Amino acid sequence: MATHTLDITNEHCPMTFVRTKLKLSQIAEGDILEVLLTEGEPLTNVPRTAVEQGYNVLSITHVEGNIHKVTIQK
Amino acid sequence: MADKKKLSLIAFSGEFDKLTAVFTLATGAAAVGYEVNIFFTFWGLDAIKQKRGRAFVGGNWLTKIFGFMMGGLHATPTSRFNFCGAGPRIFRKLMRKNNVATLEELVEAATALGVNLYACEMAMHVLGLKQSDFIHEVKDTLGVASFLEISEGGRTMFI
Repeated sequence: MATHTLDITNEHCPMTFVRTKLKLSQIAEGDILEVLLTEGEPLTNVPRTAVEQGYNVLSITHVEGNIHKVTIQK
Repeated sequence: MADKKKLSLIAFSGEFDKLTAVFTLATGAAAVGYEVNIFFTFWGLDAIKQKRGRAFVGGNWLTKIFGFMMGGLHATPTSRFNFCGAGPRIFRKLMRKNNVATLEELVEAATALGVNLYACEMAMHVLGLKQSDFIHEVKDTLGVASFLEISEGGRTMFI
């Protein structure tokens, strides 16, 4: 089980979701993806849509400023 | 899990900004789990031509001239502030500067996400275009009845 990271703090809609979706499709079943994202649309919707698509959101933690880390298991 | 949500877009317009709206909606929806279909018709067909610049693509001399004038993805004008073709270049520059995906990046993302691309049979006939004139990701050539069947049960937008 590997851990991957994805930084979408500089991305804007729709690429925040696009990069997350593409990364999740590339990693193996059971792998962990740590997504660094900003408050607002990405923080509200990336975890919600991950759950909707059947992934496990293990945690959402504050990193610094308006940056958060969402940990998703495929 | 609930039935897969579906978004179907009719891409009628061939302008840079309207196509950006088409591919922004398409990629955003596909990334959050929607099944997405785009039906390209008339000017919208410019977005899926293999030749992205200006080329004499068509069946006879008249449609070849139309094909050249319409061009492909790189030749699309903006619906406002086109400034004789400088507008799209300015917008592309602004998008890159602000870290927003350009139209070309959105098209690439749409194909990577498995968005279903369809070409309108009637418009292709009028403009003398064949499926081989389009990028290979175009899944099929359709008429209205088939598009209605494919879009059944989801949301449909005309852009």
